[in-house]
Amino acid sequence: MLPELTAEEKSILDDVKTDLAEISKERSKLIPILQFIQSKINYLPQVAINLVADHLDISPSEVYGVATFYNQFRFNPPGRNPVKVCMGTACHVRGGDIILENFERKLEIKEGETTPDREFSVERVACVGCCALAPVAIMGETVHGHMQPSKVEGLVLRVRIEKEKQEREKQKNEPGK
Amino acid sequence: MITIRVDNKKLTVKEGTNLLKACLDNDIYIPNLCYVEKMSHPPASCRLCFVEIEGEKHPIPACTVKVTREIVVKTDSPGVRQLQKVALQLLLSVHHLDCRNCEANRKCALQKIAKFLNVGLKSKHLDHFLKEMEIDQRHPFLNYYPNRCVLCGRCIHVCRDRNKQAQLTFANRGFDTVISFFIKPGAPPLQCDACRACIEACPVAAILPKISN
Repeated sequence: MLPELTAEEKSILDDVKTDLAEISKERSKLIPILQFIQSKINYLPQVAINLVADHLDISPSEVYGVATFYNQFRFNPPGRNPVKVCMGTACHVRGGDIILENFERKLEIKEGETTPDREFSVERVACVGCCALAPVAIMGETVHGHMQPSKVEGLVLRVRIEKEKQEREKQKNEPGK
Repeated sequence: MITIRVDNKKLTVKEGTNLLKACLDNDIYIPNLCYVEKMSHPPASCRLCFVEIEGEKHPIPACTVKVTREIVVKTDSPGVRQLQKVALQLLLSVHHLDCRNCEANRKCALQKIAKFLNVGLKSKHLDHFLKEMEIDQRHPFLNYYPNRCVLCGRCIHVCRDRNKQAQLTFANRGFDTVISFFIKPGAPPLQCDACRACIEACPVAAILPKISN
């Protein structure tokens, strides 16, 4: 199941609708429009596909076909902690696919997907440029080298514990609620 | 009218006729999967209908040739046959060989072409790759079998032809390519049940109606 749209995303999409009105309706505008929407909302929700199809007067299937062809388009929102697992040559040789599989199993999502609470998203990337640290995973902005299955466990746990801590403090600060 | 010579047989065809169609109409069989009659731009994606034309350096897919002058064509040269055999073997290397349980058994285009080219259905020197998903059942009327599909694109073509806008599309890329679709939530229900053009067009029974009757 795809995550529901947040209120913020809905308002962005409404803005996009008005912006679209000013873009011409040639077929050649398909990819630029998809790029524009993704730059606004960070992914292509299902409604966006219909929006584009209606605007260009082509079938939603056609828009979907083009969007799935290119790696740059994603259909799931990036999580607050986007995980990128390197699949470059060095990382591949050192078992990058095992690390990816560990993330997938731990978070119960597949590569390219986002957890329902939007905390994590997992994707595979090509070389991130620090092959000496293979296998490498990037969480948010932080590079984690020499990854191991146990480290995967630790990283996910750390984020979850910190989130819990924050929520508890929030509750403490607002005792009225 | 133009007279062309195909395998030492003289054919008289109208100018602008598609070479593949001209040959098929005159009982000269050329293996083909992706060509649909009256296509304005054949995709030539199956790489099976190669022929040799005198004066041309390399074999050419017959579906892309329009007869505009007198030409001499060979459809069964060793070079052509080699290309066709390899193309077919590559198609079969990603095809789920379960003919006994397949609806297309005995009327399958792959079986027919394999027999014609004298190619075994199981290739000894190629690995066999199958997609994870056996049946895609998301469509309200159709079941799609990714591991039967040869990605010829005939279903997309006939769907666009009949319904103005294609409801089917290629999705993803490379080995992951599948035929897929995207239905607008809340859109009027599709008329697929009445149309069935894609089911009829499919050469390998990769698209079947949900309830077979």
